[in-house]
Amino acid sequence: MTPPTTTDPEAPDATEPTTSGPRRAGSGPVTGRVVRAGGLSLRLAPRTLTVAVVVAVLLAAVMIVTLTAGEYSLTLGQVLASLAGRGDETGDFVVYTLMLPRLLVAVLVGAMLAVSGGILQTVTRNSLGSPDVIGFTSAAATGALVVITVLGGTMLQVSLGALVGGIVAALLIYVLAYHRGVSGLRFVLMGIGINALAVAANSFLITRASLHDALTAQAWLVGSVNSRGWEHVVAAAVTLAVLLPVALSRTRSLSMMELGDDTASALGVRTGRDRTVLIGVSVLLAAFAVAAAGPITFVALAAPQLTRRLTRASAPGLVTTALVGALLLATGDLLVQQLFPAAQLPVGTATGCVGGLYLIWLLASEWRGKGRYA
Amino acid sequence: MTRLRAEDLTLAYDQATVAKGLSVDIPDGSFTVIIGPNACGKSTLLKALARMLKPQAGAVHLDGKAITSQRSKDVAKRLGLLPQSSTAPGGITVGDLVARGRYPHQSVLRQWSAEDEAVVAESMRLTGVAGLAERVVDELSGGQRQRVWLAMVLAQQTPILLLDEPTTFLDIAHQLEVLDLCADLHDDGEHTLVAVLHDLNQACRYATHLVVMRPGGVVAAQGEPSEIVTADLVEDVFGLSCRVIDDPETGTPMIVPAARTTRSESAAREGLEPRASQHHGPVAVHEDATL
Repeated sequence: MTPPTTTDPEAPDATEPTTSGPRRAGSGPVTGRVVRAGGLSLRLAPRTLTVAVVVAVLLAAVMIVTLTAGEYSLTLGQVLASLAGRGDETGDFVVYTLMLPRLLVAVLVGAMLAVSGGILQTVTRNSLGSPDVIGFTSAAATGALVVITVLGGTMLQVSLGALVGGIVAALLIYVLAYHRGVSGLRFVLMGIGINALAVAANSFLITRASLHDALTAQAWLVGSVNSRGWEHVVAAAVTLAVLLPVALSRTRSLSMMELGDDTASALGVRTGRDRTVLIGVSVLLAAFAVAAAGPITFVALAAPQLTRRLTRASAPGLVTTALVGALLLATGDLLVQQLFPAAQLPVGTATGCVGGLYLIWLLASEWRGKGRYA
Repeated sequence: MTRLRAEDLTLAYDQATVAKGLSVDIPDGSFTVIIGPNACGKSTLLKALARMLKPQAGAVHLDGKAITSQRSKDVAKRLGLLPQSSTAPGGITVGDLVARGRYPHQSVLRQWSAEDEAVVAESMRLTGVAGLAERVVDELSGGQRQRVWLAMVLAQQTPILLLDEPTTFLDIAHQLEVLDLCADLHDDGEHTLVAVLHDLNQACRYATHLVVMRPGGVVAAQGEPSEIVTADLVEDVFGLSCRVIDDPETGTPMIVPAARTTRSESAAREGLEPRASQHHGPVAVHEDATL
């Protein structure tokens, strides 16, 4: 028997079976382009590629502007000459010692936070599943603060403290949220609780500290890339170089997990193992980012969302997300340097400000029923 | 030899045991429908069959080997599952979603072969969603969405398909549409289907093999619907006094619940609350138990 297919009031015209739908050349029913050669076949998303290229060009532009527009006002020629290894002494000093480390830390930390957030938001299938919302970054800060205020350690020990803090928080959330597997919402809610605890612990540590330690700690807590050196650049670069490929090797399962655990498992994804790996990568990226620059907010939350809206892709493009994160933080740092040159304002205040507004907008638009990305 | 069978399963969520010593054979090439009252463990059984739930004891065997000991992707090429509820990623198009069904057949270097494309197109044609390829899934109606998910499971190209309440949330016409589609798949002779359904009459109409479960994860009866479905069985398992007549359209058993007054009388005769006779209560209405 064939029930009438036009009884659906919502879309009466589309229920008729038809094979003559509009198609794009070369890809059949799927979006994007397909390249095939021999037994190989790749799916490309031209729009994602375009977005990635545009963002990369913008990032390069912001970096050049940052180097030329600093308080030392080098010319573009001086900067390029120094970068090419043919600069004068002043140019080299300004570029390599004063400007470039700070800039590169901003770029790398931006990318790390963005990838961390992109992974976690997809795994939890929640746009609030971001390391700065669910306590990874705050707890990493707690770890660092303990070292600064209680143990009085070196910069390296502070970084280690941040790492330990972030990992402990992630384990806590994982264990507490575990109940017949880990559901995204439970993970996020538990994380928000852990975040509150970590923030409270951070305030407590500062009140107990000596004035000098408290000032150091407070400045660090806002998140800043001021006066970062090459050791920070190297640490961040190595972290990203190791962890990004691990994350990329799991992107196919990551995009399958968006379908929900049952569907993904039924399609052959080893959801348990892959999720553990991905959450691990996310925590480590966030913790190393905090170790390098303090708990900078907003980038991990916003970069993946912006990327999705720009690329309109159904899958999380981690490389594009990384570029967007780098652009966000580099731009933020350029702005605080330019708008408040005397204040040495940490970039965290700028991102915190924008982040609050963005969060309000995100929640408001989702409550109005536009929340496809929730 | 059946490809898919459950042997002596103990199924539990945390401490709550749903079933003990549960064994079910899924006949090859059948359209098996599992029915039973709420919370009898039918969806849990399906989850175990689909390896979404690891049994505490016993094992599910696929092609003679424990399903949990086989590689996930290998199983996914032979056994597909349509879960009770699935979420489409925000903004994904119908074509892209159906294409995800090809995952077990793909790899990093083989992301979208000509075969993938042909199979996806065919799955969308079979389910009547080919014209929707470029629409965004979120914007579809419930009936369309369910057919899109079915297309995705079909694209997986598995000889065995498990469907967990595929008709929930659909109106009657769309329910039948989905079931007709399942029947078509069964009729092509290449698929074994296992579905959990709520509607007894639909189950009797479409199933070639019916598994009737009672609370506690016990199989009360299994076999061809016309051979096993009797008023006694329905009374026994669902605690509902009824008549079983021949479906005027298909000749399959059709359950007609007794009128409200009759049901309360029969309950009163037994000195029981109407709902209390649910499990093993003596059968009160016999006159219509012929079939």
